[in-house]
Amino acid sequence: MTDAYWIWGLLLAVGLGTFLIRFSFIYLFGRVNFPPAVMHMLQYIPPAVLSALVWPALVLSKGQIAVDPGSHRLWAGLVASFVAWRTRSILLTLVAGMSALWIFQWLWG
Amino acid sequence: MWPKRMTTVTDTDQTPETFAPFEPFLAGARAVAPLMLGVIPFGIVAGVGAAGVGLPALQAFAPSFVIFAGAAQLAMMDLLGRGAPALVITLTALIINLRMAMYSASLAPHFRGLPLGWKAALSYFLTDQAYAVSIIRYQRPMALGEKAFYYAGAGMSLWAVWQASTLAGVTVGARVPPGWSLDFAVPLMFLALLIPAVKDRASGAAALCAGLAAVLLAGLPYNIGMVAASLIGIIVGSLWGWRKK
Repeated sequence: MTDAYWIWGLLLAVGLGTFLIRFSFIYLFGRVNFPPAVMHMLQYIPPAVLSALVWPALVLSKGQIAVDPGSHRLWAGLVASFVAWRTRSILLTLVAGMSALWIFQWLWG
Repeated sequence: MWPKRMTTVTDTDQTPETFAPFEPFLAGARAVAPLMLGVIPFGIVAGVGAAGVGLPALQAFAPSFVIFAGAAQLAMMDLLGRGAPALVITLTALIINLRMAMYSASLAPHFRGLPLGWKAALSYFLTDQAYAVSIIRYQRPMALGEKAFYYAGAGMSLWAVWQASTLAGVTVGARVPPGWSLDFAVPLMFLALLIPAVKDRASGAAALCAGLAAVLLAGLPYNIGMVAASLIGIIVGSLWGWRKK
């Protein structure tokens, strides 16, 4: 399979398709009039997508829901949530969350 | 390279504003800097995975700048290694990247009024991270040009670090000890941005429903669960907010 030309075609197809997905609404906005309902929905994209990215990383372990004393990532995530809520700082949230995770892993393997 | 002062028109009123473009660019780069802790090991893993499939170095590295989307790159290399047909690989990668249509829709009002070339260039740099830091920063007032440069600072520094770390993975085959759990830095950053994104009950309902649905639907292939869960959250939040108007 080494040096096959079709790999280049594959990479270009995915690259172009990915760009069109990224460009889609940024391009259309202002050219197409979106109905008010769609405009109203835009403001709920950030909380929804961010939450959908965070929860599985905290609650799932190897694809299974794991909420128990050994769920280090969940407890570290709760420590980080508190710091994020109090400080609103990405850096401090990262420091708190990573430190908590390392401490939990060190204490309880 | 950098003009000293720039004049743009804000998107709220039509008063021209001047600003130094380097400042928002640097602020955007600074905002994503902590999360390089998670991006670098992810990039190395993607690079090592691509080299492990047996591609020549250039083809193993090319996805980083042709596609520039980590999760899709990892999935493509996994499928290539298992001899999947090209059509299946293409569709899988594009479905994984469908979530970026939501980011595009969310950013679109903020980029309105930029020249088409700018819109296209900024689109190329769209990632989970660049989207997340920018959309939270846009909650506070900002001129159009400042928004563009802030996003560009975040997106381009992520791009540079992604190229360097995947290249290190392809060429050196560098390893990151899994015990360090550096991958956890990425969800932690989204968590830090999720808190200010929840501003009222409607956005709280959107976050809660999307998060629960994402956990329950995580077993679906191709990251469909994340996209479906986000849409559920967006719809619940919209209905909640609409009812109160």
